[in-house]
Amino acid sequence: MSATTNPTVLTATGLGLTGVSSAHATERVSCFHCGELCPDHTFTQGEKTFCCQGCLIVHDLLRENGLDQFYDLSRHPGVKVRGAGRQGQWSYLDDASVRTQLLDFDDGKLSRVRLHVPGIHCVACVWLLENLFRLHPGIGKSQVNFPRREVSLAFQPERIRLSQVVELLASIGYEPQLTLGELDRQPPHSLRRKQWLQVGIAGFAFGNIMLMSLPLYLGLDSFSGPLFRKIFGFLSLIFALPVLVYSASDYWRSALLSFRQRRMTLEVPIAAGLAALYAQSAYEILGGMGEGYLDSLAGLVFFLLCGRVFQQRTQERLAFDRDYKCFFPLSAMRLTAEGEESVAISKLAVGDRLIVRHGELLPADCRLQSGSACIDYSFVTGESEPVAKAAGDHLYAGGQQRGGAITVETVKPVSRGYLTSLWDHEAFRKERHQSYNTLTNRFSRWFTRWVIAVALGVALYWLAHGQTGRGLKAFTAVLIVACPCALALAAPFTLGTAQRALAAIRIFLRNAQVLERLAQVNTIVFDKTGTLTMADASEVRFLRADASEPGAIGAALSAMEKHWVAGLARQSAHPHSARIYQWLGGGDIAPAEEFKETAGGGIAGRIAGRVIRLGSRAWLENAGIHVRDTALPVGSAVHFAVDGEYRGVFVLNNRLRPETETLLTDLGSHYELALLSGDNARERERFRQLFGNQARLQFNQSPLEKLEFIRGLQESGRVVMMVGDGLNDAGALRQSDVGVAVVEHAGAFSPASDVILEAGRVGQLAETLRLARRSVRIIRLSFSLSSLYNLIGVGIAAGGLLSPLIAAILMPLSSFTVVAFACGMTNRAARPLRIFRNECP
Amino acid sequence: MSVIVLLILASLSIAVTFLLGFIWAVRSGQYEDIETPSMRILMEPHRKPDPSRTNNQKPSP
Repeated sequence: MSATTNPTVLTATGLGLTGVSSAHATERVSCFHCGELCPDHTFTQGEKTFCCQGCLIVHDLLRENGLDQFYDLSRHPGVKVRGAGRQGQWSYLDDASVRTQLLDFDDGKLSRVRLHVPGIHCVACVWLLENLFRLHPGIGKSQVNFPRREVSLAFQPERIRLSQVVELLASIGYEPQLTLGELDRQPPHSLRRKQWLQVGIAGFAFGNIMLMSLPLYLGLDSFSGPLFRKIFGFLSLIFALPVLVYSASDYWRSALLSFRQRRMTLEVPIAAGLAALYAQSAYEILGGMGEGYLDSLAGLVFFLLCGRVFQQRTQERLAFDRDYKCFFPLSAMRLTAEGEESVAISKLAVGDRLIVRHGELLPADCRLQSGSACIDYSFVTGESEPVAKAAGDHLYAGGQQRGGAITVETVKPVSRGYLTSLWDHEAFRKERHQSYNTLTNRFSRWFTRWVIAVALGVALYWLAHGQTGRGLKAFTAVLIVACPCALALAAPFTLGTAQRALAAIRIFLRNAQVLERLAQVNTIVFDKTGTLTMADASEVRFLRADASEPGAIGAALSAMEKHWVAGLARQSAHPHSARIYQWLGGGDIAPAEEFKETAGGGIAGRIAGRVIRLGSRAWLENAGIHVRDTALPVGSAVHFAVDGEYRGVFVLNNRLRPETETLLTDLGSHYELALLSGDNARERERFRQLFGNQARLQFNQSPLEKLEFIRGLQESGRVVMMVGDGLNDAGALRQSDVGVAVVEHAGAFSPASDVILEAGRVGQLAETLRLARRSVRIIRLSFSLSSLYNLIGVGIAAGGLLSPLIAAILMPLSSFTVVAFACGMTNRAARPLRIFRNECP
Repeated sequence: MSVIVLLILASLSIAVTFLLGFIWAVRSGQYEDIETPSMRILMEPHRKPDPSRTNNQKPSP
């Protein structure tokens, strides 16, 4: 840790500055550490340029500890260190109750902790985090789970505290995500272990039984005598037993469940087929009459389980079930008589005084005590404009402070706030639809009936002809051959392939069934802020007061005026100021003197002897400035005056995502569209044009109203897809048939949903829906194909002619062709998506 | 021919050993993460910090 404040950094920077910056002064260079474009050449070392002090420090720290292999493993592997941590920021982690909840293991000498680090993104990250012990002697073995973006590390609490471990991670750019949800995180589930064991055992049995069946098929026993037939038969029976009992146990269980609930799922004929296979084989082998169908049985189970593994290997690093708890931080800064202290959220009491700084969340409903509060509720309510608040005002949990530090007093416990009350709604209480109404189950309903009818019919036919033995054999043979293995594989492989193709372009589905539901969608509801518009980018226009024609005078700001406005705006943390400053090109401009900010009003200051004012109309008029009326376009207005003379107005608009327009036109021709926004209706006209005249546009919607709106649509028989991003959409996402959460990057927080979509991918929604519809068509075709095989098989079986050899050939053949057909066709259908793949980082 | 019985028993016991190995591997959590190990293979084993490198002068490789 001592290395973070190393004096050599400064000398090296100084040396590099003279040599390199003049040579490359014009071209922009990527940071050697994190790959972001460097604003200038302030931070260089030898031939390497860095974008900021933070990256340079991390680079030197790694260098001194012999960890520079980090930079050989991939290009620009580092993570930019955003904002220096405050002293004692993590101290709440050493609190005994938080500690015990976070630690996986602790005996006083050695502790082990698992931390979720969203910043992990490449091989070099894995390598660095697994070599952490070289940065601090107190840290032992650390291991990264890349798909889950987790690092589990052991440390000696006597030499390094948990807070220091986290601080070390944060100092090299890998700040762990410590939210309230992290506390009641499940331990790694043993479910997948069981699945691997089931597949492994089925595969083992399949291979060995096959080896022992082959000689019998080839007629080996004709010259070796009945000895081997007996031995092989008994061994096969033994091997097949664990397959039947253990590997196929999930099919038994769901078949039994469907049977009890009087549902005809696909598991019923599968279970019947398995039972018939084993019973018939045992009867033949024990009776010394034949070799049975045990290889077919083991193969069947093995293929089925492979299909399941294929389908379920989804993006497990994405949590689709996150609730508000994952949004709240673990700690807050409490003000006490002695000063500030970091306190765990769970220990916050009503009446505590907290300090909330720029960019931090309000952990509970509070009352503002002091400071200029400008609260951004966009994630919570969908309102895109931050709200200025005065002392004494009530602030809702989940709002984000923009601007300076404020002091607040909590008025409600964390779990009783306005935001968390949404989670008490009944929509959250019922299990997320584990639908039985899948395509496979609908198909299997009539399939099962047919199979049972045919099997019984055949048995009765032979009984009527007095051939009881043949009738019984034909009955089991029909059940065996009609066992819908290929049918059961069609959906998992089609949907699994489609799911993978989507994941390759960073559209993640919760499970494969979501695709089926996507194909049924006929109504699409969009949230506005953050979904169709970008959360923190905006269009800025300047309208000069004396111009008669608004809109044509964007450039009419003189260089002098630009300088004044930028100098003033840069000093305020208000989002409007920040956007105007950014629009003017940023840069290092001398700040205004006598700077004054009025919350909810505006900012004023003196530059080069002139008094510059930026603010609301009312605030300027209060200062005695005459604001001329102009026809203002839609957007937030910031008026501008110099020395008491009105100059004009800046109009800020939320910028639409560039692809929004094409997407809406594309979708509008196939689907019914609607807009649900928590924002006010000032942009109604703009969206009316985009959505067309039929679409329903709803503004000022509370989270609960959004949920009810979706429910209303569903009650009128619509299948609704909701696309949203914020916590305010959580209810609507939950209620809709398919909830699509839009996130800035896949690791970021998203409300519980069925699909997680990176913001840059909103434009590909139409493609996604198209692929879903095609996949469902492919499944239907695969069903016909596998039914054809079953028809041939049943034809043979009904005559009582099914030999084990035919069964052993027919079953895998049908499975393989169906799987090949399903995967091949789906890959073809997903080909249009490939062009987007290269754009991915 | 009956010697084949012995061979079969021998081969089966080997096969079962592998199966037990697989079960042990799954139980010990080796199948929990099947992606990261493929990245670890690219990494060199521990390289001792080179004392000549501490003065910020990287020797050309």
